Order: sequence, then C-alpha cells, then structure tokens
Amino acid sequence: MSVYNPLATNEPPLVQPRKPSGVLRNALTLGRTRVGLALLVLVAGVAVFGPLFAPHGPQDYLGLLPNKGPAPGALFGTDHIGQDVWSRFLDGGREILFLALASTILGLAIGIAIGLFAAYTKGATDDVLMRGMDVILAFPSIMLALVVIATLGPSYWLIILAVGLTNIPRAARVTRAAAQPIVERDFVGAAEAIGVPRWKILFGEILPNVLSPLMVEGSLRLTYSIGLIAAIAFLGFTPNPNGADWGVMIQENYIALSVQPWGVVLPVLAIALLTMATGMIGDGIARAAAGIDRLRSAE
Amino acid sequence: MASGPSGSASAELTTPTPGGPAIQARPVSSAPAVSPIWGFIGRRILLGILVLFLVSIVVFLATQGLGDPARAILGRSATPASLAALRAQLHLDRPLIVQYLTWVGGLVHGDLGTSLAAQEPVATLIKDKVVNSAFLVLIAGGISIPLSIAIGSYAALRRDKAFDVAMSLITLVFAALPEFVVGVLLVVLFATTVLHVLPAVTLIPPGAGPWDDLQGLVLPVLTLVLAVTPYVARIMRASMIEVLESDYVEMARLKGLPERVVIIRHALPNALGPTFQVIALNLAYLAGGIIVIEYVFNYGGIGSGLRDGVFNHDIPVVQALAMLIAGLYIVLNLLADVATILVTPKLRTRL
Repeated sequence: MSVYNPLATNEPPLVQPRKPSGVLRNALTLGRTRVGLALLVLVAGVAVFGPLFAPHGPQDYLGLLPNKGPAPGALFGTDHIGQDVWSRFLDGGREILFLALASTILGLAIGIAIGLFAAYTKGATDDVLMRGMDVILAFPSIMLALVVIATLGPSYWLIILAVGLTNIPRAARVTRAAAQPIVERDFVGAAEAIGVPRWKILFGEILPNVLSPLMVEGSLRLTYSIGLIAAIAFLGFTPNPNGADWGVMIQENYIALSVQPWGVVLPVLAIALLTMATGMIGDGIARAAAGIDRLRSAE
Repeated sequence: MASGPSGSASAELTTPTPGGPAIQARPVSSAPAVSPIWGFIGRRILLGILVLFLVSIVVFLATQGLGDPARAILGRSATPASLAALRAQLHLDRPLIVQYLTWVGGLVHGDLGTSLAAQEPVATLIKDKVVNSAFLVLIAGGISIPLSIAIGSYAALRRDKAFDVAMSLITLVFAALPEFVVGVLLVVLFATTVLHVLPAVTLIPPGAGPWDDLQGLVLPVLTLVLAVTPYVARIMRASMIEVLESDYVEMARLKGLPERVVIIRHALPNALGPTFQVIALNLAYLAGGIIVIEYVFNYGGIGSGLRDGVFNHDIPVVQALAMLIAGLYIVLNLLADVATILVTPKLRTRL
C-alpha cells in the first residue's frame, strides 16, 4: 500500500529539526503510538516465539479430515489438507516479518543514500537521479514485483529485492526533501572547507539532521512492505509452497472459507493488526516530529 | 488580455512552478496565440511518452532480459530440443536489442503478441478484461472521490471535534490495512461467515459485463473505496484547513458572505488544487490495487489477468498488461498535473 502521509512527504521540516530521541519520547506520549506499540509487540511476539508454543509441526497431518472446524486436538480445526491451523498460524509469522524487515531496510538504505546524494550534488545529477526514481514510481508496486517473478520465479532474495526496489524512490524523495535545506547550512560548508570526505559529509553531517522524517518514512515503508509481501504470497507466489506463511495460509484456505473460516481469519487478523500497529506508530512519530503544538494550536 | 498575462507572470517569477523554471519566462506574443496551457500539456505528454519508453525497457528486461522465459515456461522437465524450439518461436535466439525492438515495434502497431497459454492474440484475450476493469475503477473512483472530498472538508470544518477525531483514527487504520486484507475481511463479514447477504465472487459470464452482476460488484467496489478514500480524505482535510486559515477566506467572511458561500465558492475550489494530485495518484493506485482485489473476488479483469499470466509464465500477456497498467498510471498522473494547473489560478496565469 502506498501510504501517503501529509505530514511526512515532500515537506521539509519548518523549524529546526528536532532530535530523534526527543521525537520518539514525544511520540510515546500519544495514545496511538502506545496502542500501536502494544499491538506490534503482541503480533511480533506471536510471529517470533509462536513456533515454540505450536502443539504440532506446521506440516504434520493430524489424521483428521481436511477443512474440519475446531475439534479436540486441533484448537482452530484443520486446513485444506488436514494440517493443524493453530500450529501453522503460530509458525507462519516469522517469514513475513523477516521478508518485510529485510526489504524495508534494503529500500531505506539505498533510498536514503540516493536522496542524500541528490540533495547534496544538486544540478544535473539530482535531476537524473530523481527522474530515475519517477520511472520506478510509474509502476504500481505489486506489478513491479510480479513482472520480475513472471520469468525468474519466486525466491526469497527476489521478493526482498523487488519489494525493496519499490521502497527506494519513496525513501529517496523524502530524504532529498528533508536534506535540501540542511545542505545549505553553514556547518556543511565548514566541513567541506576543512576537507571532510564527501561520504562523511553525507552520512556524518547531513544524515543525523534528517532522521526524524526518516523514522516516519521508515514505519510507513514497513507497513507497506508487510502488505506487499503478504499480497505476493496471497496471489500464490511463494518460494516454499506448502510452508507455513500467513499470506500462503490465506491463499490455500480461501476456497474453503465458508466451511472452515479459521485458516483464513487467523492470519488475516494477524496481518491486519500488524499493519495497523506500524501505521499507528508511524502516525504518532509523524505528529511528534511535526510538533504536536503546531498541529493543535494553529489558531 | 494582451498585456495582462505577461505582467502577472513577471511579478511572480520568484516562485517555481511544478513544470520547472524553463516555462516561466516565455514571452507572451501580442497576437491571440494558443493558450499557454497547451504548451504545458504538450511538454507533459512528451515527458509521459519518455517515461513510458523507459518503463518498456524495464518491463522487457525484467521479463526477457534477466531470466530465460523458455525455461520458465517449460519448467524443469524441458528437453534441450523443446527449449530450442520455443526459443526460436519466441525469437529468444536473436540478440536482446533485436528482441526488444521487435516487441516495441509490435506494441506501437497494436500487435500485443500471442498468448502462450491460450494460443490466441493477446489483444482479443484482454479486450473484455480491460472493459471490466475500467468499469470497476470508474465506479470505485466515482464513489470514493466525492466521498473523500466531503469527509475531508467536513472534518476540516469540524476540526478537533468528535467527527474529525473519529475520522482521523478510522482513516489511519484503513490507510494501513493492505487492500486484500480489507477484501478478505469484507468477504468474511458479508458473504461467507458472519452474514450471508452478498456474493463472495463476481460472476461475469462470457459475453456479459460486470454491470449484469450488480450484487457481485458491491464488495469489490467497497474494497477499492476503502483503500482509496482514507488518503484523499486526509489530504483534503489538511488542504482545507490551510485554506480556511487564509486571508481571503477571512476577507470573504468579513464582507458578510454567508458561511455556505464562503465554503463552497471561496474555500473549496482552492483546497481542491493539492487534492487533485492525490486523487490522480490514488486512481493510478487503483490501477495497481485491482491486481490483488480482482483476484480476491475472482473478478475477470486485467488485474486477475496479470496475476494468472504471471502464474502461467505467459510472458506476452504479462508484458502487454504491465505496459497497459503502467500507461494508465502515467496518463492519470498527467491528467492530475493538468487539472491542478486548471483549478489553481495562480499557477494558470504563470504559464
């Protein structure tokens, strides 16, 4: 989902950028950030530690009929081929969480580097880089991933690369917009004058001053990567077809939804809560970064 | 009319237009020349064509340049002979640049290639799907755009009151939810598990259109509306708040205009400017969103067509649909730029 946040995009900070730690502390005073954090801890906890509590293996057959409702020994019934829904659910969050984190980090790292470089060099390089970003933006994100999968087939690294690629232009735009006013500041000129190497200016002088908008962007990109990764699996593209994965579970049990809803409902709710959590945290950070006072009392 | 535009243009040279600085200093001829908006549109179309060209390179490389389509199509059991035969049939044995030019040349002439799965021209295969998807997107857009403008404006007018706070939370949640999650939850709620009032799939019999199954349209349209409305409503709210605090709205109020006139004649048109960009971006986003949503509801459109094409490694179908969706995306963004210029008097006079 291309999350558009009016507080986050294309709007360089109006005042002196606040310290990231201060922003986080302010964000934590907001109800939405706390609720989001609680939900995130809950769902991520299930994803990470769930496998330890699974009563059965994710691919064990229980000897029950497929698509059977809750029964003794199978808390939430069986799935389309008679495996335990509850065990597969507990086992299926790790993959989605890992892939989403990896593609978010990849996209942010490259996007931030491009955005900083574009803002710093200006001129033709800036133009070429940002027009290149526009080309990537001309694809709906999921289509970009699907087009690559069509020939190369789904593999973990390909999914991380494809989803990461869709994160790059959005991260680059936000970084560039935030870095442009910083580049003009005196301390950057001073660093240039004493001969600090360019990469040190980019990452040591400019980057620390644009961290607040990047934290907002990071949580937006994570929200959207989770949705995208889950959607790719839901469309039936997974490197591990009968593996336990929330997206795959929804896909394989969707056909039996009217008979045995749990195989779909559990993973769908988990993904919904997870994206709501990261979305709320992102919104909380955005409000804190923009200054709650500015939002509250513009009159 | 002759001297007016150039005067106001030079007065506002300091603020850049979205089109770049090059278009500001153009002298306005005294002859009744073509409206400068046409020059702007022309440049935007050229830029759109350039982007489409770059997109075609990306689509081609992703499908034909990086991997081996013949192997993807035939799978692991392929024999060297069958691989070679298929490569010859798809012209994969020629140099990459020749393959690309052949493909693009075909596209330009309306030849989308032949589907490998159906052994039919891609154009005949996707004709009905294009109509079905266009219908879905238009209905969803037609509902969500006025709805989100209304919600956003009303929230701005009732700022920090109950409606505004509630809408802020609701839009926040729906903006975060992936669209297929919304679709599946709606199916669980209204079709299969909690209530049984609506069909879970849209049935479009061959020869009929989606308008023949209006009941089946409700859930897919609702999903798309829920996917798009939050963003547009949030932007509309932000831009309406900004306008309501402006001097000209205060002026209009001070000269005693009824509040209704102030809002509808003075505030709303100015708040729409920035919103148009987001509306178009979101309509374009619908073009991507239909890929997943059509699959959820088994709706026979280009989105589910692309998914099936990818699933069957039907490279010509994937290429054609990807270009189509990207083209739609670019056209909608172009329309957004033009609409923004048209509704923003400040930008219009500066062209």
